[in-house]
Amino acid sequence: MVEITIRKRQREDAVITQRKFFKKTARGKVIKVIRERYLRDDVVCGIEGCRECSHTTDTLLPRNGSPDHKSFPNGHYVLPDTNVFLAQMDLMESSLFTSPIILLQTVLEEVRHRSLPLYNRLKALVNMDDKRTWIFYNEFRSETAVVREEGETPNDRNDRGIRKGTAWYNSHISLTRPTIRGQPPPTLPTVVLLTDDVANRQKAEKEGIPSLSVRKYVEGMPNNSQLLDLLSAESDTIEPTVAAGGRGPLYPEYLSSGTLTAGIKAGELHQGHFNANTFNYLEGSVAVPAFTKKVLLVGRENMNRAVDGDIVVVEVFPEKDWKAPADEVVDQEVTLRNDDAEDSEEEADNDEVIAEERKALRSEEAARRAAERQPTGRVVGIIKRNWRAYVCHIDSSSLTSSNTTSISQQTVFATPVSRLLPRIRMRTRQAPTLIGQKILVTIDKWDVHSRYPEGHFVRALGKAESKEAEQESLLLEFDVPYRPFGKAILDCLPPEGDQWVVPPKSELGPAWRDREDLRHLNICSIDPPNCQDIDDALHATRLPNGNIEAGVHIADVSHFVLPDNPMDSEAASRGTTVYLVDKRIDMLPALLGTNLCSLRPFVERLAFSVIWELSPEAEIVNVRFTKSVIASKFAFEYTEAQRRIDDAKQTDDLTESIRLLNTMAKKLRAGRMAAGALNLASPEVKIHLDSSESSDPIDVEQKALVETNSLVEEFMLLANISVAQKIQDAFPQTAVLRRHLPPPPTNFEKLQDILKKRRGLSLDVSSSGALAASLDKCLDPGEPAFNTLVRIMATRCMLSAEYFCSGSVSKDTFGHYGLASPIYTHFTSPIRRYADVLAHRQLAAAIAHVPLHASLHSKAHVERVLGGVNRRHRMAQMAGRASVEFYVGLALQGRVARAAQTHAGRVTQEAFVIRTFRNGLNVFVSKLGIEGLVMFKRETQFDADDYTLTIPSADGGAGATIAVFDKVVVSIDVEKDRNTQRGKVKMALVSPVDSVGL
Amino acid sequence: MSSRIEILNDGGFRSDGRRQYELREMTFDMAEQAGADGSASVAHGLTQVRVSVFGPREAKMRSQTIHDRANINVEVGIAPFSTGDRRKRSKGDKRILEFASTIKSTFEPVIQTALYPRSQIDIFVHVLQQDGGVLQACINATTLALANAGVPLLDFVCAVTGGVHAAAPMLDLTTLEENDLPHVTVAVMPRTGRVTLVSMETRLHVDRFEEILRLAGQAGGVIHKEMRAVVRERTKGLVDAMGAGVRTSDFAEDAMVADS
Repeated sequence: MVEITIRKRQREDAVITQRKFFKKTARGKVIKVIRERYLRDDVVCGIEGCRECSHTTDTLLPRNGSPDHKSFPNGHYVLPDTNVFLAQMDLMESSLFTSPIILLQTVLEEVRHRSLPLYNRLKALVNMDDKRTWIFYNEFRSETAVVREEGETPNDRNDRGIRKGTAWYNSHISLTRPTIRGQPPPTLPTVVLLTDDVANRQKAEKEGIPSLSVRKYVEGMPNNSQLLDLLSAESDTIEPTVAAGGRGPLYPEYLSSGTLTAGIKAGELHQGHFNANTFNYLEGSVAVPAFTKKVLLVGRENMNRAVDGDIVVVEVFPEKDWKAPADEVVDQEVTLRNDDAEDSEEEADNDEVIAEERKALRSEEAARRAAERQPTGRVVGIIKRNWRAYVCHIDSSSLTSSNTTSISQQTVFATPVSRLLPRIRMRTRQAPTLIGQKILVTIDKWDVHSRYPEGHFVRALGKAESKEAEQESLLLEFDVPYRPFGKAILDCLPPEGDQWVVPPKSELGPAWRDREDLRHLNICSIDPPNCQDIDDALHATRLPNGNIEAGVHIADVSHFVLPDNPMDSEAASRGTTVYLVDKRIDMLPALLGTNLCSLRPFVERLAFSVIWELSPEAEIVNVRFTKSVIASKFAFEYTEAQRRIDDAKQTDDLTESIRLLNTMAKKLRAGRMAAGALNLASPEVKIHLDSSESSDPIDVEQKALVETNSLVEEFMLLANISVAQKIQDAFPQTAVLRRHLPPPPTNFEKLQDILKKRRGLSLDVSSSGALAASLDKCLDPGEPAFNTLVRIMATRCMLSAEYFCSGSVSKDTFGHYGLASPIYTHFTSPIRRYADVLAHRQLAAAIAHVPLHASLHSKAHVERVLGGVNRRHRMAQMAGRASVEFYVGLALQGRVARAAQTHAGRVTQEAFVIRTFRNGLNVFVSKLGIEGLVMFKRETQFDADDYTLTIPSADGGAGATIAVFDKVVVSIDVEKDRNTQRGKVKMALVSPVDSVGL
Repeated sequence: MSSRIEILNDGGFRSDGRRQYELREMTFDMAEQAGADGSASVAHGLTQVRVSVFGPREAKMRSQTIHDRANINVEVGIAPFSTGDRRKRSKGDKRILEFASTIKSTFEPVIQTALYPRSQIDIFVHVLQQDGGVLQACINATTLALANAGVPLLDFVCAVTGGVHAAAPMLDLTTLEENDLPHVTVAVMPRTGRVTLVSMETRLHVDRFEEILRLAGQAGGVIHKEMRAVVRERTKGLVDAMGAGVRTSDFAEDAMVADS
């Protein structure tokens, strides 16, 4: 029973409670809008022990604020203005910034209005455990609400509201702590208005409100030297220092947003995502709907300050200026190594750099082929910047050499780890200590006068190449949330902790309600070695009627993770567990992931079971879903299970059970392949770690697969498909499904062309079945690895699979191309994938175990969650791959060192050419699963239509011709870039020609 | 996030500063409109409605008379200036006709029509300003106008709108909230707890529905108290004016509303 009340209000209040404004609709119609609001006196201040306000939560601001600031010995709270969050979010997020923060509703709403990503960061900041933040809903409190006055801009109104809020807080503190006669007057903490808006500060001073600029405030803090570096460059422009100087603009100005929207509407301008080119930093492309080919942007002026990922507006040049993309590798570090970071750049320097860039561009231009012409254009405006914090190294050559030990402020270049990004110019006092470290840098602005974007230092991650720093930089680069779980989240775990057991069987207990007792079955799990989060287990028995009962049992995560609690929302935002070579970043707290929800052997666990009756030909006769209690009889590793199957002497029940599963799996697989499922390949390697503690890689090898791998896979696929059908039937609007769209045939054009010209093979891409068949035919009798190579290249032409909400796409696009299944979902790994948790909840509702939570009825909600999960999933894959790459690099380093010690030789490997450039080759080393670039400085003959490159031999002789798919031998070396400390795999050709001198 | 305005923020406040279960300011005005037999103005927040009741009187058209009870005739007019975009609705507008018939069917079981055979009761509803909850305002206003006109009713009819945001139920929605949330208008007779109207134009999940229905029923009770106070006040005024201010305690309700 809730208390229902009426909000009473005086008639006279209408002036401040009603708001009238006019708004124009998209069609140009003007609408009058009247809104009212209810002002109240029960909006609480959030200060601990306040006698006026009654607080219900326990996360409050300390009674006397923070005493750490020099100017406020009596303690203080900060009340930041909107511009602080818009420009200085990194400062506010820093764990060194410990002052208690009062966040006004006005500020919160203004941030939300200006930038959603910043708003989300702000909300995360409010919930951080180590921050003390209180949101004060000033617009709803009668004393602090403001109404926009005649002729006042919205911005001025908000500023006034913020000042009024600050003034109220100060008077509120003094009113609630009056001087008691006979006692000394109490010391009152101050509420300080923090703003970089000069006008606002002046007005505040006039009204007697304490206010400070961010820089001034930070200077008075105890650990200011570290915090000062976090200040963004923008704070300098608001209080302008000496102007940079009379240089002409390097870039054209952007058009106004009005012109942009009009241009896009008229079809003269085009909008799209800007993609930088990995191989050539002077080239980028934008995919726009108006052209089938991407619009090419050549040269700095045409890219006009766009950074990879930005949404830009481009103007397309007339057709006679269209060009083919470059076929040369242009490395930013090489071309621009002489550029000076200090702002006082001399004109002469400038010209030199520009000349060098021109040369790079021109040398390409001569070679542009007519056949592959693409539309070209230039960026005329930016719709949305997609800037975030980037992992960088300090370029040591940009330091003034006399300064290496001083702590004066200097301007340096930060080179991002990702090749897609430009160098960032930043100012720091800590430059000497940051050399050789991985650091996080954010871009603040990019002026027309500045060749490089300007940014500021966020945080140091640690020494480059140290495992911790590399790991963290990986996680940051791919936006993986890796903070430890907060208290609110851990509170959602069962209170028994790891003592939790399945309660004794009783019909009444909540754990046993509607659960089947499957403890007697011979269930076992089969996983990779050292697997801790076992989320699936299997069993099979013969039925009296000759059919076979097979069951897949999945950890019942939805029993522990209830909808809409802090743990659930955290899991939703993490989306997936991320596996790095030596670390796992869990989606759910470890207690669940590796214990309560892990189907360990010999203990009782809750499970969600899918049980089929299969005919001996592996056709589904019947399927049912049930929540259950199981007790796994054994946890196998893949190879161990394989040994059991192969060992004819073993005839116990468990072995019979997996043998039966194995025969069924083979039939299922055959059926799937006949239906046209693809057998794709991606380079997978395994890293051997020395021991779990030191985690020094000693070697790399390709992963070996045994039959039992596919045993588990087949049954998981079957379970996923069965569940997908069930939840789609039950919830046609909101079922959580997964699909893999067929790739557009144009994606394969290049590969088809190469295959035809080089090997005389053809690839039929009309359907997944046809593709599978023609891939099987791509064989080279002399080279078994050739088929795998083609499969890898074909995989790269495909789209990636995605989660979707069944109500939001048309039914004929549900299919999974790779698996050749008309419907699919993810159900089998709820410990490590959030989509599976949703599927579990929907399936539980479909079998009427529990009613479906309201949020899963809302299409918008499901779409939003799945959008996030898709993104996280992609990022997690990339992070995992990058982690493997890093360890392969480390392992290589070890090999190179050993090779040098023993016989002074080089590390050589066989490799395949997968792409040819005018001045280099892109090769793939299948043994190590890495790709590398072989560059030639000498003149070469390049035939773009035939994908061949003729290289003269070292002595100037005839040389050799190399084409795509050719097998070559390369020597591999790991070399540390002197300036950036970035470990770089360097390859050189050994056979057919030794390219060391080239 | 589709809308720019948060329907319910983290502090538990709605976009207009109310909490989930708080109703808007409501004013009930039973001032007499000279020509009508009974009239009332009702405002819920910015929504304003005026209802005039004529009758029971002889039917204008013989064809509309019913031999054993009174015929109820509801006409609704929505002022063009009542919403932000001026839009003139014709009288034959299907939306308006449906609206009128909803009100009619809500009151048919409540008005003791059998007492007035072959006669007609006219209810004219004028919507002056809209900001969500128009139907609830119309029903509440009609109850008061009928009481004012001395038409015998079985009970008050109190209506309120309820909606759900994510999983949080809320009461008395504004236009902004109505546009975004699934919502349902419920009219209850507080004395018996019977429900005379449930009107729902958006999709609401069954599990939620029960919760909202119960909540709206409770809120109806709160509104009932408010309305009864106004009726008593008004009756007390009338009785005082007649110089017979002796028994005022139970008289008011008994006089205005026949007991069931």
